Amino acid sequence: MEFFSFKRNIPFMSYGRYTTTISLATFILAVFFIATKGLNFGVDFTGGTVMEVHYAEAADLNNVREQLSDMGLQDALVQNFGSSHDVLLQVSLKQNTVGANLSELILSKLQEQDPSVEMRRVDFVGPQVGKELVENGALALLLVSIGISCYLWLRFEWKFGVAAIVANLHDVVIIIGFFAFFQWDFSLTVLAALLAVLGYSVNESVVVFDRIRENFRKMRKTEVPEIIDNAITRTMSRTIITHLSTQMMVTAMLFLGGEALHYFALALTIGILFSIYSSVLVASPLLLLMGVSREDFIKPEKVTEEALP
Amino acid sequence: MNRYPLWKYLLVLFVVISGLVYTLPNFYGESPAVQVLPIRANLKADDALLKQVDAALKAANLNAEGGMLDPTSVKVRFENTDVQLKAKDILQAKLGDDYMVALNLQSRSPQWLTAIHARPMYLGLDLRGGVHFLLQIDMQGALDKALEAASGDIRSTLREENIAYSGVNRDGKLVTIKFRDAETRSKGEGELKQRFAGLDFNDKDEGNEILLRATLKPVEEKRIQDFAVQQNLVTLRNRINELGVAEPVIQQQGLDRIVVQLPGVLDTAHAKDILGRTATLEVRLVDDERQFSEGSSPPFGTEMFKDRDGSILLVKKNVILTGERINDAQAGFDSTNNEPAVHINLDSVGTRKFKEATRENVGKRMAIVLFEKGKGEVVTAPVIREEIGGGRVQISGQMNTKEANDISLLLRAGALAAPMEIIEERTVGPSLGADNIDRGFRSTQIGFVAIAIFMIAYYLLFGAVSVLALAANLLLLVALLSMLQATLTLPGMAGIALTLGMAIDANVLINERIREELRNGNSPQASIHAGYEQAFRTILDSNITTLIAGLALFMFGSGAVRGFAVVLCLGILTSMFSAMMISRALVNLMYGRKLRLTKISIG
Repeated sequence: MEFFSFKRNIPFMSYGRYTTTISLATFILAVFFIATKGLNFGVDFTGGTVMEVHYAEAADLNNVREQLSDMGLQDALVQNFGSSHDVLLQVSLKQNTVGANLSELILSKLQEQDPSVEMRRVDFVGPQVGKELVENGALALLLVSIGISCYLWLRFEWKFGVAAIVANLHDVVIIIGFFAFFQWDFSLTVLAALLAVLGYSVNESVVVFDRIRENFRKMRKTEVPEIIDNAITRTMSRTIITHLSTQMMVTAMLFLGGEALHYFALALTIGILFSIYSSVLVASPLLLLMGVSREDFIKPEKVTEEALP
Repeated sequence: MNRYPLWKYLLVLFVVISGLVYTLPNFYGESPAVQVLPIRANLKADDALLKQVDAALKAANLNAEGGMLDPTSVKVRFENTDVQLKAKDILQAKLGDDYMVALNLQSRSPQWLTAIHARPMYLGLDLRGGVHFLLQIDMQGALDKALEAASGDIRSTLREENIAYSGVNRDGKLVTIKFRDAETRSKGEGELKQRFAGLDFNDKDEGNEILLRATLKPVEEKRIQDFAVQQNLVTLRNRINELGVAEPVIQQQGLDRIVVQLPGVLDTAHAKDILGRTATLEVRLVDDERQFSEGSSPPFGTEMFKDRDGSILLVKKNVILTGERINDAQAGFDSTNNEPAVHINLDSVGTRKFKEATRENVGKRMAIVLFEKGKGEVVTAPVIREEIGGGRVQISGQMNTKEANDISLLLRAGALAAPMEIIEERTVGPSLGADNIDRGFRSTQIGFVAIAIFMIAYYLLFGAVSVLALAANLLLLVALLSMLQATLTLPGMAGIALTLGMAIDANVLINERIREELRNGNSPQASIHAGYEQAFRTILDSNITTLIAGLALFMFGSGAVRGFAVVLCLGILTSMFSAMMISRALVNLMYGRKLRLTKISIG
């Protein structure tokens, strides 16, 4: 079976003007939503208390809300979680005057009315922890970007490093844009997914870059845009199949992994879709824009040949 | 060209077999167990204890699946949790307070697996259920307390030496001493510098006031902070023992934080109560004159306490000192005979009271009693040899270095426990934990099957090889996680699924490359060879970038996210091995010996 057998190169580079416009537009849109709507940060980052409780019978949310306002927690967020038996309660740090003991107080209050209430999960995050998690997350993102660019710079050429990191940060910003637009819960696991996407989608660019480098050596008389087109066309099949396989796993997680993994899988799904697009239609035109040429590889050629088995 | 030397085949075989062996314990599952740990130093977990436990269970007609002895405890497995709970109550009643009886899970895997350290994966709290606390130690509080004590001591020193001063005040991190004239100040400064090695003294005049300023030396500050953490760790350990939790984790994190993880605990209110409790310490006199027998009520004006070896002491109710008067306690050696000793440093009020009490009671014993949760325990009960002034007390005789350390830690624990606050809590109920395992497992399973079907349909035999390599990757990853006993969290399980999805990339790269070589008119053998060789570089490059992301996540991630990072990094290593070595070995075995190969099954 073979899905993709292209006899001729697809002229990706001649679409450059349109694709760059599209990328720029989505990017600006994403930044716009992040700026105007902001992210719906989870309790990991904002601090506060999240409780998941389980009722033997379908829970009466209004009743739960009333009980909470009796305790002075009028602004607590109360919603169903997964099923009608499960209730998610969220109390911000501002309302919480008793610190870590809040969850016990709430549970005993709820149990007064319905002794069947069962505690499934409690997350309490104090203010100092939330702030640190934000800082560490940002630091990790920065470190990954620098690390990957440096690696590509060493392995290929600085232009490749820059092109790859721009393309992939573009993906990350778009994922964050989705989370801002739909106001999905942005938690620590989503941040982990973002970093995984960053590492993963750079793969994509690396595979294409590898081909470009190889083509520069083999196709001595071909023009640069054609070399890039050829590299992309010949790796197309692998790109689609790989992403299809990874997406199969992620889809299984999206639907079967439960609430805890839902947004993690969602972030990965968006990341995978956009990384195909960006490695082909953002990274490569960027290379062209920065004026990649055969000369970039003439000197390193001999060195790399020796260094590799 | 597509043949491996024998050692390479053997290496692959060896790796896969060890992978199988170390994965095996995960299939046996775990049964509920009860763990019996002796708390007192003079009690040991030995055959006698095992027999005692067996007898107790037989007497109660409870059916144990087997008992086991390890260096620190006795473990007994049971069929289900009902029997386990009953057994716990019975054993606790039978063995009394000298033993800790904890609920535990015990691997059902056979003895030979345990003998080679093959254990099931270590599940994080989000999968097995339990509580995670992050506690912040109030370092400022500890420093304030130390300075407050120092200013008291400065006052009494000056008084003792007859040096006139008009005031000692603490303001934040600064202690200011007022003198009448510069001459007394220099005299006082000399004396104080000699006595207080941990303080820095500076002259400072404000208007016509003649002042001496004292601050804590940075070294001393650091020492106080280290002590605060150490002593809180010890106190927490002692208290958590009492909760009866198997395998609690109590660790320092960063400079001033402590992580406490209690698997299986759902009574969070009780747990918080225990963590937040403060201990008190009292010094009293031992009543050796009056007769008493165990079980009878103690004579008027006295109380009975157990000491750390479990024997009973009669102690007077009258309190000489409380723990607040102890500035510091450290293990060391007696300067005359080099025996291990505990050195205690009292504050000014304590010194005075202690001097009076020791003067009147030479030859008698005094008891240092640690109270926690209203229950007292005698830490040590030394004989008073002479009147002790100056606030420096030494307890020595009949102890080894370890005991000296323990006692000094306990004294400090009662004396200056820095306050702590819970700044993070994550509780997961056991039912949710089990659900999480189920979900993680199911999504991996279904994703794997989908990929397998697709790969075989698309690449035929080479697809099947890829699927085998992928299965080997999963096997090795699980084996590695079990071997390293890295904590598997829910994001970690997602990481397993994700690395499997990503690992197929290497196989696709190879297969596509082989197809391309074939299309270019190369012979099948040459195509296989070139396919693997050419793809190697690309696989390396693309995996290293993911590895960079994984390492950064590991460095900056916390808790569950770190679990994800560990799996991601290990998964990249196993997937490179399985795609390069295992799939190549399989292909070589199939095609390598056929000299006239005209067609290969790659779709």
